Amino acid sequence: MAKILAVDDSASMRQMVTFTLKNAGFEVVEAVDGQDALKVAQTTKVNLVLTDVNMPNMDGITLIRQLRALPAYKFIPMLMLTTESADNKKNEGKAAGATGWLVKPFNPDQLVATIKKVLG
Amino acid sequence: MSIDMAQFHQTFFEESFEGLDLMESGLLDLDAGDADIDLINTIFRAAHSIKGGSGTFGFKRVCEFTHIMETLLDEMRDKRRKVTQEAVNILLQSVDCLRDMLASERNGSRMDEDRVSQIQGMLNDLFNKKEASQLPAAGNTAPKEDNHDPDAQVWHIRFIPFPNLLAKGNDPVRMFRELDLLGELEVVANISNLAEFSSFNPEECYLSWNLTLKGAVTMESIKEIFEWVEDDCELDIRSLSQEKTADAVEHQSRPEGAGNGSEKEKNPSPESINRDSSKAIDKRGAPATAENSSIRVSIDKIDGLINMVGELVIIQSMLAQLGKDFDIDQLGKLRDGLSQLERNTRELQENVMRIRMLPISFAFNRFPRMVHDLSQKMGKQIELKMSGENTELDKTVMEKIVDPLVHLVRNSVDHGVEMPEARRACGKPETGLVHLNAYHKGGNIVIEISDDGAGLNKERILRKAQEKGLIKDGEIPSEEGINELIFLPGFSTAEVVSDVSGRGVGMDVVKKNIQALGGKIEIISREGKGTSFIIRLPLTLAILDGQLVSAGDQIYIIPLVSIIESLQIIEGNVNLIAGKAEVYKLRDEYIPIIRLYDVFNIPPKNTDLKGGLLVVVEGDGKKAGIFIDDLLDQQQVVIKSLETNFKRVEGVSGATILGDGTVALIMDISSLIRLSHQPGYTNHNVTILSASKAA
Repeated sequence: MAKILAVDDSASMRQMVTFTLKNAGFEVVEAVDGQDALKVAQTTKVNLVLTDVNMPNMDGITLIRQLRALPAYKFIPMLMLTTESADNKKNEGKAAGATGWLVKPFNPDQLVATIKKVLG
Repeated sequence: MSIDMAQFHQTFFEESFEGLDLMESGLLDLDAGDADIDLINTIFRAAHSIKGGSGTFGFKRVCEFTHIMETLLDEMRDKRRKVTQEAVNILLQSVDCLRDMLASERNGSRMDEDRVSQIQGMLNDLFNKKEASQLPAAGNTAPKEDNHDPDAQVWHIRFIPFPNLLAKGNDPVRMFRELDLLGELEVVANISNLAEFSSFNPEECYLSWNLTLKGAVTMESIKEIFEWVEDDCELDIRSLSQEKTADAVEHQSRPEGAGNGSEKEKNPSPESINRDSSKAIDKRGAPATAENSSIRVSIDKIDGLINMVGELVIIQSMLAQLGKDFDIDQLGKLRDGLSQLERNTRELQENVMRIRMLPISFAFNRFPRMVHDLSQKMGKQIELKMSGENTELDKTVMEKIVDPLVHLVRNSVDHGVEMPEARRACGKPETGLVHLNAYHKGGNIVIEISDDGAGLNKERILRKAQEKGLIKDGEIPSEEGINELIFLPGFSTAEVVSDVSGRGVGMDVVKKNIQALGGKIEIISREGKGTSFIIRLPLTLAILDGQLVSAGDQIYIIPLVSIIESLQIIEGNVNLIAGKAEVYKLRDEYIPIIRLYDVFNIPPKNTDLKGGLLVVVEGDGKKAGIFIDDLLDQQQVVIKSLETNFKRVEGVSGATILGDGTVALIMDISSLIRLSHQPGYTNHNVTILSASKAA
């Protein structure tokens, strides 16, 4: 079963994402911001990282950049949750090593479809 | 698969209200003109989260509304927009509006559409203002090619990944899989760039592909599949018909090598600078919890409690062991165990009480906004300083102290701090100071509300009191006495009743509310220097500091907070009014003497005032002397309601169980004084009540 690291500072988004992914048969580990995620990632091996961009302590883009520097995460797909208004964030994220993005607001079906698409 | 989004709503509302509080305090701290980027970031992030959540959870109106706020804030943090006082004010109003919108969504009540549209209009106006010094948005300005070509049946796609494509977690096979879903796909790999085995780097992508896709497919849907990699490859998509015209539409990204993104890394995004703002979230906690019926308790407190109960269980089993076959030799051990039990019980009690304790910041949090709004409205410049916000106070006391505090702070802003011109004329800085301070002192919590304004105008207070007949003509109270006059019912010095502090609620109500909590309020005022209101409150309503006194064969408890002094009666100071009402001359004033055994109609031990003890108490602004037989201990007592167990009794606020198991009544001083004023209370018309009967 694929394991997904879901990172979001918003508890409701985290709840929704976790519930949806678990419902779709994935295993989920949560983190509340980039710093937290980095800690989790060092002890847990995941198959995909799904991260919000705007977060306190460490934003999603910095998180992606730092994760990419870890050998274990070099080829792991990492998706950002962005808003349509943040085009520059997409570019910034790409430059940092993001695989792709999912535009907020999204519904649970879109989320699952995207994840399945990436994980094949 | 359908998921019920409603299950996430509660969390969404909670975090959104927290976010709004964060936005509010952030906006209040924001200095127009010289904006702190960290602060704007925190505010932006809160707005961004609310927008994202509301969009996801289907609160469209909230999402639209927050979107404009978010855009404005985004421009501010990118320095494309100046932070003006006007903008801050509109954003603050938007926060209020948003709070109401979310509350309506949560309660399912109707939204005030007019207000929402009005404020949304203000936001839009602000957004469209020229002075925004908006720069054209960087990038993404290239006109989009017409990518809808319904005639195209066959697409040729040349896909040349850059070597680092794989290192971003993208897999060409995924894209081929998706293309395959669109139509009939043919994939031809080009292996000509494959490196020699000796120099082969397995992490790089050496392959490129030529793809042919047949079917009624739009350019858009193909591009969507390559959307994530368009900067990591050379991509050329053309339809066969276009190829024939040879005027190919080429879609090629700028070539990028290993240095991809390095320039961006040199300029970290604004968010990455921000590190500490989440601490603010933790500190502030839940919004307006004062009205909630539940409280958040920190894990520390719960852990402490569990630990304590664990120890209690150990001691219990130790004592049980000891009791099994007790021998007089083990008396020492038993004593040790019992003293441990005592210590444990006390700690357990303290820990349980701590659960109900909340930091006073829950009450203080509203003041920055209130002072900001009021001072703007009145054209005053006021800085609000708060200290001791972490001082803890019982939840019930907290809920009840909020209104008096609001009144006192309004009072300081309205009557205390002067207008800037007046301040300048007295050589004070134009910006006035209102200071809220809380601290523990001797088992009480003390809250001070001070300002550096003009101080109380004693002459005016005296004149007003005389006009209103609150004091007799020619009577000149002491300086403290003059200050106390403002607490009398029907007193208001404001020339014109303003909508700020003159709301029909006077200082008398403030004092009454504080007294109802078993607290005290006093004033220190220095003309020209400022005024301080000092409130002393018990830490909790469940425990009271009491003075045990005896009268007859009964023990009564007088709340310590009501006692002014205790003295031995000097016979010459006792006078009779109209031949029956006894008064005692206490320095310059006469106070009525209340014989406790008379009030409660119990057999007296001593009826002779001479050499007896008098406890001088104050309730509702009136003083009285309670004649008792003896002063006993001072101790904390746990208040038990008499009403729930028996019935309401005049002169008694509750009961407690003393160490030896007897019940003692706690006196309600205000009602006791009232009782003593009723004619003929000495005629034993009071309910016959003694503690032993109540028990």
